[in-house]
Amino acid sequence: MGNSSRPLSPHLQIYKPQLTAVLSIAHRASGVFLVIGTLLLVYWLTALAQGPESYAHAQAFFGSIFGRLILFPWVFALFYHLCNGIRHLFWDMGMGFEITTVYASGKAVVVAAAVLTLIAFGMAYAMQGGAA
Amino acid sequence: MSMRAPLAQVRGHGSAKSGAHHWWAQRLSAIALIPLFLWFVASLTAVGTADYATAVAWMSSPWNSSLLVLLIGAIFYHAQLGMQVIFEDYISKHWLQVTSIILVRFLAILLAVVSIIAVLRTAWGS
Repeated sequence: MGNSSRPLSPHLQIYKPQLTAVLSIAHRASGVFLVIGTLLLVYWLTALAQGPESYAHAQAFFGSIFGRLILFPWVFALFYHLCNGIRHLFWDMGMGFEITTVYASGKAVVVAAAVLTLIAFGMAYAMQGGAA
Repeated sequence: MSMRAPLAQVRGHGSAKSGAHHWWAQRLSAIALIPLFLWFVASLTAVGTADYATAVAWMSSPWNSSLLVLLIGAIFYHAQLGMQVIFEDYISKHWLQVTSIILVRFLAILLAVVSIIAVLRTAWGS
Protein backbone atom coordinates (compact mmCIF):
# COMPACT_ATOMS: atom_id res chain seq x y z
CA MET A 1 0.00 0.00 0.00
CA GLY A 2 1.14 3.53 -0.68
CA ASN A 3 3.36 2.41 -3.57
CA SER A 4 1.75 4.12 -6.57
CA SER A 5 3.92 2.25 -9.08
CA ARG A 6 2.28 -1.03 -8.17
CA PRO A 7 -0.14 -2.38 -10.78
CA LEU A 8 -3.79 -2.08 -9.89
CA SER A 9 -6.44 -4.65 -10.41
CA PRO A 10 -7.95 -3.98 -13.85
CA HIS A 11 -11.29 -2.30 -13.26
CA LEU A 12 -13.70 -2.72 -16.14
CA GLN A 13 -13.82 1.03 -16.82
CA ILE A 14 -10.09 1.32 -17.52
CA TYR A 15 -9.53 -2.16 -18.87
CA LYS A 16 -8.82 -2.03 -22.61
CA PRO A 17 -11.73 -3.85 -24.26
CA GLN A 18 -10.59 -6.91 -26.20
CA LEU A 19 -12.46 -8.36 -29.15
CA THR A 20 -12.92 -11.70 -27.40
CA ALA A 21 -14.50 -10.22 -24.27
CA VAL A 22 -16.64 -7.75 -26.23
CA LEU A 23 -18.00 -10.48 -28.51
CA SER A 24 -18.64 -12.71 -25.51
CA ILE A 25 -20.85 -10.20 -23.70
CA ALA A 26 -22.37 -9.18 -27.06
CA HIS A 27 -23.58 -12.77 -27.46
CA ARG A 28 -25.57 -12.45 -24.24
CA ALA A 29 -26.70 -8.90 -24.98
CA SER A 30 -27.88 -9.87 -28.46
CA GLY A 31 -29.67 -12.86 -26.94
CA VAL A 32 -31.61 -10.63 -24.53
CA PHE A 33 -32.38 -8.19 -27.36
CA LEU A 34 -33.64 -11.06 -29.52
CA VAL A 35 -35.87 -12.31 -26.71
CA ILE A 36 -37.46 -8.86 -26.38
CA GLY A 37 -37.78 -8.75 -30.18
CA THR A 38 -39.81 -11.97 -30.21
CA LEU A 39 -42.71 -9.74 -29.14
CA LEU A 40 -42.59 -8.29 -32.67
CA LEU A 41 -42.83 -11.80 -34.13
CA VAL A 42 -45.81 -12.57 -31.89
CA TYR A 43 -47.40 -9.27 -32.94
CA TRP A 44 -46.87 -10.02 -36.65
CA LEU A 45 -48.28 -13.56 -36.39
CA THR A 46 -51.33 -12.52 -34.34
CA ALA A 47 -52.00 -9.55 -36.64
CA LEU A 48 -51.99 -11.88 -39.64
CA ALA A 49 -54.33 -14.30 -37.85
CA GLN A 50 -56.78 -11.49 -37.01
CA GLY A 51 -57.42 -10.48 -40.59
CA PRO A 52 -56.53 -7.98 -43.33
CA GLU A 53 -57.12 -4.83 -41.27
CA SER A 54 -54.91 -5.73 -38.33
CA TYR A 55 -52.31 -7.10 -40.76
CA ALA A 56 -52.31 -3.76 -42.61
CA HIS A 57 -51.67 -2.01 -39.27
CA ALA A 58 -48.76 -4.34 -38.53
CA GLN A 59 -47.27 -3.88 -42.00
CA ALA A 60 -47.59 -0.11 -41.64
CA PHE A 61 -45.75 -0.31 -38.31
CA PHE A 62 -42.92 -2.49 -39.65
CA GLY A 63 -42.64 -0.29 -42.74
CA SER A 64 -42.44 2.94 -40.72
CA ILE A 65 -39.15 4.58 -39.83
CA PHE A 66 -39.60 3.50 -36.20
CA GLY A 67 -40.37 -0.07 -37.25
CA ARG A 68 -37.33 -0.24 -39.51
CA LEU A 69 -35.14 1.25 -36.77
CA ILE A 70 -36.10 -1.74 -34.61
CA LEU A 71 -36.10 -4.39 -37.36
CA PHE A 72 -32.64 -3.60 -38.72
CA PRO A 73 -30.72 -4.01 -35.42
CA TRP A 74 -32.93 -6.99 -34.56
CA VAL A 75 -31.97 -8.81 -37.76
CA PHE A 76 -28.32 -7.88 -37.20
CA ALA A 77 -28.50 -9.20 -33.62
CA LEU A 78 -30.13 -12.36 -34.97
CA PHE A 79 -27.37 -13.02 -37.48
CA TYR A 80 -24.67 -12.10 -34.97
CA HIS A 81 -26.13 -14.49 -32.38
CA LEU A 82 -26.55 -17.18 -35.07
CA CYS A 83 -22.98 -16.88 -36.40
CA ASN A 84 -21.40 -16.55 -32.97
CA GLY A 85 -23.55 -19.47 -31.82
CA ILE A 86 -21.97 -21.59 -34.55
CA ARG A 87 -18.59 -20.37 -33.24
CA HIS A 88 -19.64 -21.59 -29.80
CA LEU A 89 -20.68 -24.96 -31.22
CA PHE A 90 -17.18 -25.41 -32.65
CA TRP A 91 -15.71 -24.58 -29.25
CA ASP A 92 -18.07 -27.17 -27.74
CA MET A 93 -16.45 -29.72 -30.08
CA GLY A 94 -13.06 -28.61 -28.78
CA MET A 95 -12.09 -26.82 -31.97
CA GLY A 96 -10.72 -23.33 -32.62
CA PHE A 97 -9.19 -22.50 -29.24
CA GLU A 98 -5.82 -21.21 -30.55
CA ILE A 99 -5.62 -17.49 -29.78
CA THR A 100 -5.14 -16.53 -33.46
CA THR A 101 -8.12 -18.72 -34.44
CA VAL A 102 -10.28 -17.19 -31.71
CA TYR A 103 -9.59 -13.69 -33.03
CA ALA A 104 -9.98 -14.72 -36.69
CA SER A 105 -13.32 -16.47 -36.03
CA GLY A 106 -14.46 -13.48 -33.97
CA LYS A 107 -13.79 -11.07 -36.83
CA ALA A 108 -15.36 -13.49 -39.32
CA VAL A 109 -18.53 -13.65 -37.20
CA VAL A 110 -18.94 -9.85 -37.18
CA VAL A 111 -18.35 -9.60 -40.94
CA ALA A 112 -20.68 -12.51 -41.69
CA ALA A 113 -23.43 -11.02 -39.52
CA ALA A 114 -23.14 -7.64 -41.28
CA VAL A 115 -23.12 -9.23 -44.74
CA LEU A 116 -26.11 -11.50 -43.99
CA THR A 117 -28.06 -8.52 -42.60
CA LEU A 118 -27.38 -6.47 -45.74
CA ILE A 119 -28.32 -9.43 -47.97
CA ALA A 120 -31.60 -9.92 -46.07
CA PHE A 121 -32.62 -6.27 -46.33
CA GLY A 122 -31.35 -6.07 -49.90
CA MET A 123 -33.58 -9.01 -50.80
CA ALA A 124 -36.52 -7.47 -48.96
CA TYR A 125 -36.16 -4.14 -50.76
CA ALA A 126 -35.73 -5.91 -54.11
CA MET A 127 -38.92 -7.94 -53.51
CA GLN A 128 -40.77 -4.80 -52.42
CA GLY A 129 -39.64 -3.02 -55.58
CA GLY A 130 -40.71 -6.00 -57.66
CA ALA A 131 -44.15 -6.19 -56.04
CA ALA A 132 -44.91 -2.48 -56.26
CA MET B 1 -6.56 -29.17 8.14
CA SER B 2 -6.49 -31.39 5.13
CA MET B 3 -6.30 -29.70 1.75
CA ARG B 4 -7.99 -32.65 0.12
CA ALA B 5 -11.70 -32.72 -0.49
CA PRO B 6 -13.28 -35.31 1.78
CA LEU B 7 -13.86 -38.06 -0.72
CA ALA B 8 -16.29 -39.81 1.58
CA GLN B 9 -18.71 -36.93 1.20
CA VAL B 10 -18.97 -37.25 -2.58
CA ARG B 11 -18.60 -41.00 -2.94
CA GLY B 12 -21.52 -43.31 -3.21
CA HIS B 13 -24.13 -40.73 -4.13
CA GLY B 14 -24.08 -41.68 -7.78
CA SER B 15 -24.64 -39.39 -10.70
CA ALA B 16 -27.77 -37.27 -10.82
CA LYS B 17 -27.64 -38.03 -14.55
CA SER B 18 -29.27 -34.78 -15.54
CA GLY B 19 -26.31 -32.48 -14.97
CA ALA B 20 -25.77 -31.79 -18.65
CA HIS B 21 -29.44 -31.56 -19.57
CA HIS B 22 -29.65 -27.76 -19.71
CA TRP B 23 -26.39 -27.52 -21.66
CA TRP B 24 -27.49 -30.20 -24.12
CA ALA B 25 -30.98 -28.74 -24.60
CA GLN B 26 -29.50 -25.31 -25.28
CA ARG B 27 -27.16 -26.74 -27.95
CA LEU B 28 -29.86 -28.91 -29.50
CA SER B 29 -32.31 -26.00 -29.83
CA ALA B 30 -29.45 -23.82 -31.15
CA ILE B 31 -28.67 -26.34 -33.89
CA ALA B 32 -32.35 -26.55 -34.82
CA LEU B 33 -32.64 -22.77 -34.96
CA ILE B 34 -29.82 -22.35 -37.53
CA PRO B 35 -31.67 -23.79 -40.58
CA LEU B 36 -35.08 -22.67 -39.26
CA PHE B 37 -34.04 -19.03 -38.96
CA LEU B 38 -32.20 -18.97 -42.29
CA TRP B 39 -35.39 -20.33 -43.90
CA PHE B 40 -37.60 -17.88 -41.99
CA VAL B 41 -35.59 -14.74 -42.79
CA ALA B 42 -35.25 -15.76 -46.45
CA SER B 43 -39.03 -16.34 -46.60
CA LEU B 44 -39.80 -13.08 -44.80
CA THR B 45 -37.84 -11.02 -47.33
CA ALA B 46 -40.58 -12.01 -49.80
CA VAL B 47 -43.61 -12.62 -47.56
CA GLY B 48 -42.97 -9.76 -45.13
CA THR B 49 -43.22 -7.21 -47.91
CA ALA B 50 -46.18 -8.86 -49.68
CA ASP B 51 -49.91 -8.21 -49.24
CA TYR B 52 -52.31 -10.01 -46.89
CA ALA B 53 -53.48 -12.65 -49.38
CA THR B 54 -49.92 -13.63 -50.28
CA ALA B 55 -48.92 -13.92 -46.61
CA VAL B 56 -51.96 -16.08 -45.81
CA ALA B 57 -51.35 -18.29 -48.85
CA TRP B 58 -47.73 -18.73 -47.80
CA MET B 59 -48.68 -19.69 -44.25
CA SER B 60 -51.41 -22.06 -45.46
CA SER B 61 -48.84 -24.37 -47.02
CA PRO B 62 -48.40 -27.38 -44.71
CA TRP B 63 -44.62 -27.14 -44.96
CA ASN B 64 -44.51 -23.46 -44.08
CA SER B 65 -46.95 -23.71 -41.18
CA SER B 66 -45.17 -26.80 -39.81
CA LEU B 67 -41.75 -25.18 -40.01
CA LEU B 68 -43.19 -22.05 -38.37
CA VAL B 69 -44.58 -24.07 -35.46
CA LEU B 70 -41.19 -25.77 -35.03
CA LEU B 71 -39.42 -22.40 -35.25
CA ILE B 72 -41.70 -20.89 -32.61
CA GLY B 73 -41.19 -23.85 -30.29
CA ALA B 74 -37.41 -23.76 -30.71
CA ILE B 75 -37.25 -19.97 -30.30
CA PHE B 76 -39.08 -19.83 -26.99
CA TYR B 77 -37.44 -22.99 -25.64
CA HIS B 78 -33.98 -21.60 -26.47
CA ALA B 79 -34.90 -18.10 -25.25
CA GLN B 80 -36.05 -19.35 -21.89
CA LEU B 81 -32.95 -21.56 -21.45
CA GLY B 82 -30.69 -18.61 -22.29
CA MET B 83 -32.49 -16.18 -19.98
CA GLN B 84 -32.26 -18.75 -17.17
CA VAL B 85 -28.45 -18.79 -17.42
CA ILE B 86 -28.32 -14.99 -17.41
CA PHE B 87 -30.53 -14.81 -14.31
CA GLU B 88 -28.43 -17.48 -12.58
CA ASP B 89 -25.23 -15.57 -13.36
CA TYR B 90 -26.29 -12.01 -12.57
CA ILE B 91 -29.05 -12.15 -9.95
CA SER B 92 -27.56 -12.99 -6.57
CA LYS B 93 -30.77 -12.72 -4.52
CA HIS B 94 -32.03 -16.28 -4.63
CA TRP B 95 -35.75 -15.54 -4.39
CA LEU B 96 -35.49 -12.95 -7.18
CA GLN B 97 -33.46 -15.32 -9.35
CA VAL B 98 -35.96 -18.15 -9.00
CA THR B 99 -38.94 -15.81 -9.47
CA SER B 100 -37.38 -14.39 -12.66
CA ILE B 101 -36.70 -17.84 -14.06
CA ILE B 102 -40.27 -18.99 -13.35
CA LEU B 103 -41.83 -15.82 -14.81
CA VAL B 104 -39.77 -15.97 -18.00
CA ARG B 105 -40.52 -19.67 -18.41
CA PHE B 106 -44.28 -19.08 -18.07
CA LEU B 107 -44.08 -16.06 -20.39
CA ALA B 108 -42.16 -18.08 -23.00
CA ILE B 109 -44.80 -20.84 -22.91
CA LEU B 110 -47.61 -18.27 -23.18
CA LEU B 111 -46.02 -16.49 -26.17
CA ALA B 112 -45.23 -19.80 -27.86
CA VAL B 113 -48.83 -21.01 -27.51
CA VAL B 114 -50.26 -17.68 -28.72
CA SER B 115 -47.90 -17.71 -31.73
CA ILE B 116 -48.65 -21.32 -32.65
CA ILE B 117 -52.41 -20.77 -32.36
CA ALA B 118 -52.04 -17.66 -34.56
CA VAL B 119 -50.16 -19.65 -37.22
CA LEU B 120 -52.72 -22.47 -37.16
CA ARG B 121 -55.65 -20.03 -37.35
CA THR B 122 -54.10 -18.35 -40.37
CA ALA B 123 -53.20 -21.67 -41.97
CA TRP B 124 -56.63 -23.24 -41.42
CA GLY B 125 -58.48 -20.06 -42.26
CA SER B 126 -60.90 -19.88 -39.33
